[in-house]
Amino acid sequence: MIAYLQDVAVLTRKDLLLELRSRETVPAMLLFVVAALVIFHFAVPEDLEPGTEEVVAKGLLWIAVLFTALLGLGRAFASEREQGVLDGLVLAPADRSAIWLSKSLSVIAFLLLMEAVALPAFALFYTTVDGPTVAAVLLADIGIACVGSLLSAMALASKTRELILPLLFLPLAVPIIVAGVGASIDDPGRFLGFLGLYDAIFAIISWAAFDYVVVE
Amino acid sequence: MSTAEKYVTAAYLVVLAFVLLYVVLYAFKMSRLEREVAELAELAAARDGRQAEPERDRSVVG
Amino acid sequence: MSWWNRPGPSLAVGAFVLLLAGIALAFWWVPEDVDQGFSQKIFYIHVPIALTAYACFGWGAWKSFRLLWKGQEKYDLESYTAIHIGVIFGVLTLVTGSIWARISWNVWWTWEERQLVVFLILFLFYSAYFMLRYSIDPGPLRQRISAVYALFGAVLIPVSFLAVRLLGTLLHPNPLLTTRGPQMSGSMLGTFLVCFAGVIALGFALYQTELAGKRLDRRLRELRKALA
Repeated sequence: MIAYLQDVAVLTRKDLLLELRSRETVPAMLLFVVAALVIFHFAVPEDLEPGTEEVVAKGLLWIAVLFTALLGLGRAFASEREQGVLDGLVLAPADRSAIWLSKSLSVIAFLLLMEAVALPAFALFYTTVDGPTVAAVLLADIGIACVGSLLSAMALASKTRELILPLLFLPLAVPIIVAGVGASIDDPGRFLGFLGLYDAIFAIISWAAFDYVVVE
Repeated sequence: MSTAEKYVTAAYLVVLAFVLLYVVLYAFKMSRLEREVAELAELAAARDGRQAEPERDRSVVG
Repeated sequence: MSWWNRPGPSLAVGAFVLLLAGIALAFWWVPEDVDQGFSQKIFYIHVPIALTAYACFGWGAWKSFRLLWKGQEKYDLESYTAIHIGVIFGVLTLVTGSIWARISWNVWWTWEERQLVVFLILFLFYSAYFMLRYSIDPGPLRQRISAVYALFGAVLIPVSFLAVRLLGTLLHPNPLLTTRGPQMSGSMLGTFLVCFAGVIALGFALYQTELAGKRLDRRLRELRKALA
């Protein structure tokens, strides 16, 4: 167990250090989410009633977060792919699900960094961000990272790579959006509970399934 | 036929159309499979004929 | 070979008899629904098709589980075929559901009918299954990845149902209509069951046919390689 966690720690540290030095993914995500929020203003008609505008804007926040996450997830295994390192990792005498867990943790870190900018920007451009929204975003990060890491690894085997990841991910993301927007707008308790359930279920099966999608 | 009857019948007909389309596609597939079997039968016959020829010399390696 | 995998016409014959009987019952024997009138009769085909689609996805997920558990290659083909038939029935569900929405509410689509929304999500999901499969080179990795994805689909079904249900409480506290009436009279239930049995048998018969075709394909390819 300890060895497993040590493996996870080493791999996560590697991912975070790589990103710190190369600064490829997170800045792009930051810029993308802000750009998306700006574009949304032009996409929404001007003369909405105040109440409606807030509700619509909350929905747009979730779209922005989701698609920015997709951007980052597309790059999740990029370094492993480019350096040809994945085979080495897989052959290492470690539980391969540690790769998945470390990747999920680093994706969560990237998402948190992105949201640290996105949420204040959203509060500035549109409407205040309340507690339930933040809680929902945090819970959603877990689900997005867990499922996204697994799907990203699956996409590695595909010839269409970055193209296929959104197709695989978006149907699975529908419950996240439903719950996230629901928690932001309406009754937080129920929707946050559902998000937690989603995270638990999909984290477990992603963890269990990772081994099968990377070994040749 | 009332409007409701027309639509309900349309629904059942759509189901029938899908199944029939499936049959049509399968008919195509069957003819392709038959063609392939015929080709393979020819290949097998040719191979049987070739095995009557003497074997080629094998070069010694190493 | 278990009876459902053995090739043979018994299942197709059963489907033929049951479906014909069911449709005849639906159109000529069972009385019209008091509230909805003649348009209610669409349920005798729409609901069985939806249930059969779910059954196919579940069957595909089961075969996927067996593949990951036992590693026998045959499960990949069976899972793939089951999901293919499931998608066909899923599309049919959406089409018949759309027709029903047109009759009931004069629109070709509504977001209020939970079953249709869930099927839309599933349709997107399983379409991606095929895109995934076609973009990976054949081999054990493709089999495993397809199997994992199919299992995710099976998990997604109840999760998205729950999500859509929660969404219903968010936007519309009172759902407009449920797909099943609160109680079905005896004759309605009987007709429904016959249609259901017929549609499931049809689904299974199609599954058998397609599986046989795919297996033949594979054997012919192997033969060709052996003879070349």
